[in-house]
Amino acid sequence: MSAIASLPLDELLIQHSCVRDFIDSLGLEIQESAEPLGIWLDRLPDEDILDAGMERPQILAHAERLIQEVARMEDGSGAGVASLTLIGGRDKNGTPEQARISVRAGEVLCIVGPTGSGKSRLLADIECLAQGDTPTGRRILIDGAVPDEERRTVLDRKLVAQLSQNMNFVVDLGVRDFIGLHAQCRMVAEPEIMVERVIACANDLTGEKFGPETSVTQLSGGQTRALMIADAALLSASPVVLIDEIENAGVDRRRALELLIGGEKIVFISTHDPLLALRGDRRIVIRNGGIAGILETSPEERENLERIERVDATLMEIRERLRRGLRIESPVRWPQ
Amino acid sequence: MQLITVAGSPSVGKTSVILRVAELLGRQGLAVGVVKLDSLSTSDDQLYAQKGLPVAVGLAGSICPDHYFVSNIEDCLAWGQRQGLDLLFSESAGLCNRCSPHIQGVMAVCVVDALAGVHTPKKIGPMLRLADLAVITKGDIVSQVEREVFAYQVRLANPGARAFFCNGITGQGASDLAAAIARAAPTHSLEGQRLRFPMPAAVCPYCVGETAIGETHQRGNVKKMRFADQTEVTP
Ligand SMILES: Nc1nc2c(ncn2[C@@H]2O[C@H](COP(=O)(O)OP(=O)(O)OP(=O)(O)O)[C@@H](O)[C@H]2O)c(=O)[nH]1
Ligand SMILES: [Mg+2]
Ligand SMILES: [Zn+2]
Repeated sequence: MSAIASLPLDELLIQHSCVRDFIDSLGLEIQESAEPLGIWLDRLPDEDILDAGMERPQILAHAERLIQEVARMEDGSGAGVASLTLIGGRDKNGTPEQARISVRAGEVLCIVGPTGSGKSRLLADIECLAQGDTPTGRRILIDGAVPDEERRTVLDRKLVAQLSQNMNFVVDLGVRDFIGLHAQCRMVAEPEIMVERVIACANDLTGEKFGPETSVTQLSGGQTRALMIADAALLSASPVVLIDEIENAGVDRRRALELLIGGEKIVFISTHDPLLALRGDRRIVIRNGGIAGILETSPEERENLERIERVDATLMEIRERLRRGLRIESPVRWPQ
Repeated sequence: MQLITVAGSPSVGKTSVILRVAELLGRQGLAVGVVKLDSLSTSDDQLYAQKGLPVAVGLAGSICPDHYFVSNIEDCLAWGQRQGLDLLFSESAGLCNRCSPHIQGVMAVCVVDALAGVHTPKKIGPMLRLADLAVITKGDIVSQVEREVFAYQVRLANPGARAFFCNGITGQGASDLAAAIARAAPTHSLEGQRLRFPMPAAVCPYCVGETAIGETHQRGNVKKMRFADQTEVTP
């Protein structure tokens, strides 16, 4: 007989709300009392057990594993990653890539190259923490070592989070409830405060503000991206964030990057956008399925970035005027 | 031969996932085949055949598809052995959320669809709760937030299972899944093996062809709803 069977229900249900949820989900009604779980189960009519869809020993074993699992989730949540190392494989012709790149927490690496050149493949290699087992033969080290099986496969706190243009919110919930659900499963200490922070940060990234009651499926493209980025930076379990093309979505890209860097994330962005590409510390150039080179952002490029940002701000102003129903008649003056 | 039971609601991506995994296992030199059990019709056999996988189909017709599954799984196993397979997948749709084809000692996979909403894992019965591996598909079209919440819900619904994300279209995640499946214990015979959980006894009058509605026609295993506004009068 398992140890959990002799636990009185009141103690069990108060200490382990997960067990109450589980028993609810079986359609069984349970009330706090001094009766031990095992006896309570034995006294249930067989018909109820049949309806529940699990045998008594299966229910006990499940509750026991559940308690262990929740405990493991609670103490495993803080594990960070200091660096990720990418070791090159080969390009489409089988030519070896001469690359070994280490990226630290709080660093942004951009991936540039023509459409179809293999940027997404590189992101996919990082996502699955490739160990020479993908078509490119690339390998990924975490903190200088091959990540163990456990780290690679634990799902709800995966090492790598991914944001891409074709991902959408599909659940029918308001923003607050939705992010609240995430906070709850991340077991953060003060979920309400965290939820407000995520919403505020997301609103900070987008010109069009939204309220906490807005349904997530009704957010615009820009609002959706903004909320995804804020959540990834503040709430996601993953120390590594991969972003596949977020340009033109009405998101303040500079702030978005600052937010991710501030969250001590290791960030990879596949992009054609100069505002993003030059803001990163380095960029990987992809050609013909392989890593063709790594460019460090030079001081000249950083200066140019400032100019490009001013041009971008001018454009943003024009957009904002359009949005407000104003005319664009005064001659446009581009900053120098 | 290894037998793997794959179950999941209609259209979650069972066939897609099996195809991706079969391709990887085939490359390792394993002879892989599939039996597909469904209720009325299926075109999955064509998808499997296109990839050169031996496939057999069973249609339950007027019988509960999951009951039909149990009555036929031994014959499916024998078919697989005659084909000289190393590994046989059975694909069946868990249509009622209550039946589950999982057999003790036989590796059991449940496929769930991330699009189905974050509360779905809780609602899937023994099919998910008693599986060894839980596979989450369609993660590519939902947000990271939903993926994390969904994975967490799957973990609560079955804390004993290993869970995987697998994209049925691109195959992203399939290699870890294939490695886990390749480790399944062999099944030589199913004689005397047991289901992990009994399927509901579905012999109400309507099971055997009754069509008339009304109290007088309802004999046998009939179960009535209880309504909150009438709790006092119900015995
Ligand atoms: N975007 C996306 N689509 C998927 C994924 N997996 C499967 N699909 C699509 O979902 C649809 C159903 O996939 P199937 O593999 O036929 O599903 P099934 O569970 O075998 O369906 P039945 O056998 O009919 O119950 C197909 O159009 C697939 O292309 C996935 O990971 N991502
Ligand atoms: Mg199918
Ligand atoms: Zn059934």
